[in-house]
Amino acid sequence: MRRNKLLQVEGFTSFLSSLTAIAAGLLVGLVILLISNSKDAFPAFLVILKGGFLDGAKGLGNVIYYAVPIIMTGLSVGFAFKTGLFNIGASGQFTCGAFVAIYIGVKWGFLPPEIHWLVALTGAMVAGALWGSVPGLLKAYFNVNEVITSIMMNYIGMYLVNMTIVKTVYDSLKNQTKPVMKSAMLPKMGFDKLFNNSNVNIGIIIVILSVLVVYIILQKTTFGYELKACGSNKNASKYAGINEKKNIILSMVIAGALSGLGGGLLYLSGSGKYIHVLDVLAPEGFSGISVALLGMSHPIGILFSGLFIAHLTVGGFNIQLYNFVPEVIDMIIAVIIYCGAFALLFKQIINKMIKKPVIAVTAVETAQNAEIHEIPGDNISESEPEKKEEI
Amino acid sequence: MSTVYFIMQQTMYFAIPLLIVALGGMFSERSGIVNIALEGIMVMGAFFGIGFINIFQKTMSGQTLLLLAVLVSALAGALFSLFHAFAAINLKADQTISGTALNMFSPAFAVFTARMIQGVRQIQFLDTFYIRKVPILGDIPVLGPMFFRNAYITTYIGLFIFLISLFVINNTRFGLRLRACGEHPQAADSVGINVYKIRYAGVIISGIFAGIGGLAFVIPTSTNFNATVAGYGFLALAVLIFGQWRTKRIFFAAFFFGIMKTFASAYSGIPFLKGLPISNEIYKMIPYIATLIVLTFSSKNSQAPRAEGIPYDKGSR
Repeated sequence: MRRNKLLQVEGFTSFLSSLTAIAAGLLVGLVILLISNSKDAFPAFLVILKGGFLDGAKGLGNVIYYAVPIIMTGLSVGFAFKTGLFNIGASGQFTCGAFVAIYIGVKWGFLPPEIHWLVALTGAMVAGALWGSVPGLLKAYFNVNEVITSIMMNYIGMYLVNMTIVKTVYDSLKNQTKPVMKSAMLPKMGFDKLFNNSNVNIGIIIVILSVLVVYIILQKTTFGYELKACGSNKNASKYAGINEKKNIILSMVIAGALSGLGGGLLYLSGSGKYIHVLDVLAPEGFSGISVALLGMSHPIGILFSGLFIAHLTVGGFNIQLYNFVPEVIDMIIAVIIYCGAFALLFKQIINKMIKKPVIAVTAVETAQNAEIHEIPGDNISESEPEKKEEI
Repeated sequence: MSTVYFIMQQTMYFAIPLLIVALGGMFSERSGIVNIALEGIMVMGAFFGIGFINIFQKTMSGQTLLLLAVLVSALAGALFSLFHAFAAINLKADQTISGTALNMFSPAFAVFTARMIQGVRQIQFLDTFYIRKVPILGDIPVLGPMFFRNAYITTYIGLFIFLISLFVINNTRFGLRLRACGEHPQAADSVGINVYKIRYAGVIISGIFAGIGGLAFVIPTSTNFNATVAGYGFLALAVLIFGQWRTKRIFFAAFFFGIMKTFASAYSGIPFLKGLPISNEIYKMIPYIATLIVLTFSSKNSQAPRAEGIPYDKGSR
């Protein structure tokens, strides 16, 4: 009985279908490895599965380091999804946030060192929010499709940032940004020692806080309810007196702020990461889409899917030992997402599988209840036909 | 005058792939399936097309090889798009999700396969396809230098695809049925049209066009394929929306963007732009900013297909 109840819970079925998708993705990955080099395929596959657990604490630290930015962009995409918006522009918002964080980190040495990094992070959030607000405003007031405006904003952001870097914080020898000041780097808070000299810092705490804040906004506030209402049915929410325009704009602003914060967290981590002046969009924004989809746009789900994808990514680096190409990880993730699209089908199958036994079991149990205890209130199946007769 | 010719010839390199892919997107979306996977399908088409050229360029060269490669790209695109069609039509999956998955899969696949086979991710090819001057046609005054010199055969394939699409979508029974499935599939079904089949056809056509478009993008602009089409699939999506899902408007949208892109990439070859004190990056931004502005003033009445993105369920009302 309890097992069946568990299966009936919506979240659990989603979880099960995610697990199936992951299994399918890993299987395809194994097949790809077998085709390309059958001898080393199994050891390499084990390395992928072990991922961050291979190198002990340091490996785990790397997982967290990779997970931090993509969880933030994942939250950004997922948050917009909840409002029915597809924020494909996380990449541009991320880049703008990263640039402002670096700019403040390099140039604003006059700030007291205790708050320097905080100001830089806030700047990153504001920049991301500004960049996200453009598609929101255009969608709300001019009915421009947010997918295409965010794509355009990605490119505009990248070129604008490249141009501004060259004019302000440029290291011309290495064609990249200058290193930020020590006071602008995120405090390590002892995490680096805990994870054996890896690049973990206060970022992970900020990520968890962001997850909680997004969760609370979406699940516990009127504002979040309105956002979700706009996402599920625009016309109905309009009819209910919800200001749809305001919600679209705010949703994009918050999504942008989350992505921008992600950019700040990555480039202030003091890990030797710089923005290179190249005509390439930041890949973290697109990883965010995968993270959001795998996490079913739920903040907690996004936290775990981000960690999971980072785990696989670390595994991907490690399989280079066997002369495999790390891109196999992207293929695995793609297959996982593709199979995740079958969630509907999978749920139907599960429901078909459990519905019949459930009815049978409950019928038997109620019959037993009726026979042994003879409590009329317990016996729903018999009281229903009576009602029908009354009508 | 030579500047005008130069701009025109350059514009073709950018506009034609956009045109082909956006037209493909049109067939898919007007049958009711959002195809965000255009980027991924382009990469797939380009990968197999260029791979084919790389393998057979020792024995063949010139236009025969390119035409065969176009066929290979079309086939690769069509087959790859079947994944999207299967998820979106048979399994009624969220079309954004399966599209994103395809977009993610194909560059990874291209890099992985290329590196596993030849060690590096770039696939080299010899450009034996460049047409300095089309015989006879190239000698026509004005039009000759504009359209029939310094060209690639993909340009004419693109224009041909445009004319065919224009005819098919507006003047044939199939076109009418396709549009009906995108606007009101239940009504189409009630008069005996097989919505699933038509939607499959729409997605496969988009796969064929996107595959060809991928090849048409790489051939004129590079001599190696680096597992990317530089976001052109997404830009084609933008051109499609900008063109309001209508063939002729897509044509103008693609060329508008192509001309802007030409100014951005070849401004140093255009005398009156070269002297201006404007930074390189600003020119690169112009196409995107211009598109944003034009969209802002033209999107009030969106003419998106009404049933776009909604899985068709025979049982629903």
